[in-house]
Amino acid sequence: MIEALCVLLALLAIASLAFLPVPVTRALGALFLAALIFVFVRVGYGAAVGAAAAIVAGGLAYLRAPPAILRRFAFMVPSLVLLIGVTTWLMYLAPGNPFAQEKSIAPQVEMALRAQYGVPESPLAFFQVYMERLLTEGSLGPSLKVKGRSVLDLLLPALPVSLALGSLALLISVVLGLVLGVRAGVRPNSFADHSSMALALVGISLPNFVIGAGLMILFSLELGLLPVAGWGGYRHVFLPALTLALPHAATIARLARSGTIEVMQQDWIRTARAKGLPERQVVYRHALKVAVLPVVSYLGPATAGILTGSFVVETLFGIPGMGQWFVKGAINRDYSVVLGTALFYCTFITLFNLLVDLAMAWLDPRIREAA
Amino acid sequence: MSAGAYAESPGPWVQAGRRLRRNAAAMAGAALLAAIGLACFVLPWWLGLDPTSTEPSQRLLPPSLVHPFGTDTLGRDLVARVLIGGRTSLLVGLAATAASVSIGVLYGGIAGFYGGRVDEAMMRIVDFLYGIPYMFLVILVMLMFAETARGEALPVFLALGLVQWLTMARIVRGQVLGLRDQDFVLAARVVGARDLRILLRHVLPNVMGPIVVYATLTVPTVIILESFLSFLGLGVELSWGQLVSDGVAVVNPIASPWWLLACPAAFLAATLFALNFLGDGLRDALDPKTGG
Repeated sequence: MIEALCVLLALLAIASLAFLPVPVTRALGALFLAALIFVFVRVGYGAAVGAAAAIVAGGLAYLRAPPAILRRFAFMVPSLVLLIGVTTWLMYLAPGNPFAQEKSIAPQVEMALRAQYGVPESPLAFFQVYMERLLTEGSLGPSLKVKGRSVLDLLLPALPVSLALGSLALLISVVLGLVLGVRAGVRPNSFADHSSMALALVGISLPNFVIGAGLMILFSLELGLLPVAGWGGYRHVFLPALTLALPHAATIARLARSGTIEVMQQDWIRTARAKGLPERQVVYRHALKVAVLPVVSYLGPATAGILTGSFVVETLFGIPGMGQWFVKGAINRDYSVVLGTALFYCTFITLFNLLVDLAMAWLDPRIREAA
Repeated sequence: MSAGAYAESPGPWVQAGRRLRRNAAAMAGAALLAAIGLACFVLPWWLGLDPTSTEPSQRLLPPSLVHPFGTDTLGRDLVARVLIGGRTSLLVGLAATAASVSIGVLYGGIAGFYGGRVDEAMMRIVDFLYGIPYMFLVILVMLMFAETARGEALPVFLALGLVQWLTMARIVRGQVLGLRDQDFVLAARVVGARDLRILLRHVLPNVMGPIVVYATLTVPTVIILESFLSFLGLGVELSWGQLVSDGVAVVNPIASPWWLLACPAAFLAATLFALNFLGDGLRDALDPKTGG
């Protein structure tokens, strides 16, 4: 129960960050940003480069970055630490441990294995070992199940795979969603509207692995155009990316439709029409800029959803990405692999959300004024 | 116009009900939903269908008069499995939604009602959970029950309800934040009502529209999430998600028993279609501004 208490205290500590005075938040944000950069840069380029990058970035951020951004970092880094803690705790609560085998092993052997891999019996001790290793050595630790490989060895080759798949999926969903949604919103209740929305409804009404299996049957088994599964050339990326993208394309289409309908009723659209602009220019120059706002704010959840969907899609298509490592790690109780993927996912999502918020402020003067 | 005419003007809920009844798609969705619900909860009991009895001589039969949806690899009747599986899926959807609505409304309501620092601190915790991919939390929670309650529905309710309340909390908080400074709240306060009473009796009823709409749209999300879990081998024993992922697993180029995928997938999709139609109809009915 001491773990539950620690998590509660950490949550309270994070919540209480909201009460700090602005100068303290600024300093804390810059400090945490520097720490984050140090940890990540050191993994690739060593401690000296990491420290230099951290000092430069932290100093610049403290002097120049707007308080809103620094506040995000002041909040983000403790959140990541808490995430490591909570994940550790949940994994220890799950039955079984990484060293359990079919034959029961001698307690001395298990002790030796635990000492070798740095996996003590209590979650708090493991958390301490993990954080120490992360901060002093900049290492994500050894994999507990894949012998002789570190977590970084496993995840680094998977990273470009997941990035390629995820970014292509995001691109497809935004382009497809905007085309369908704006087409539908410009002429509500027309054939274009009904057909686009029917398509969107299919996208959100079927689990993505059913859509994936359907695409697989159609394009690979019946038409023989694309490989069924696996990872290799560019031809392997289309079906999984489309599968990942369709549900989000559907949501984006619906958001873009209602955004467009609302904008097209505004006075300034009437003004644009009244001064004789061609309809094409009214839609693409004047309406679209505002109609995409709800779509941009959906990009954060969409990215998180694409990452989540990738657990399923990577399994379905047999793609060696990060999602597979998370699922395998969770089922095999490979604690350090799970923590490594968790750290990566959450850093990525939080940074992406920050970018989305900045983009929103840049696009919408009302938000810019408020910040 | 007499005072009587004013008194007879229907309330907002009655008007919304009328708008909803005029929406053919939403009403079709509601009817379809009722039919599926009835089929899942009444038919198996009425016809005495058994989803688990195996018949080795009847393996992998295509749909016929005896087995309208065919049989699976162990010779079990697919009609029984689809209908009983539907019970689980619908129950998981409803229970997880109920959990997420009650947590989300209360949490978001309190944060929005008190505002300021309390709001900021409470929403920070929501932000923290929002930064974690929800599937990640769900899988970790499911692992805790992997041996003690494998295939049971309760852990799935728990895990899915646990992550679904976040969006609800954000929606309610935003709405309540806009209402807390209205005159009727001040009036209630002047009369001496306590905070909790003002929140529950005066503020939240005004947010019911978005709550109802979002709840309707949460049910399909939960059903889809449950099917993801089934696909990864962490779901409920017998549900649509489980049947569909079993169906996906048997897809191969030589002999595809298509009915194993098509029948449960059709039920799943029809239910989600109906819920989405109903949710959209409710949104248009409760908020006439956005109607296309």
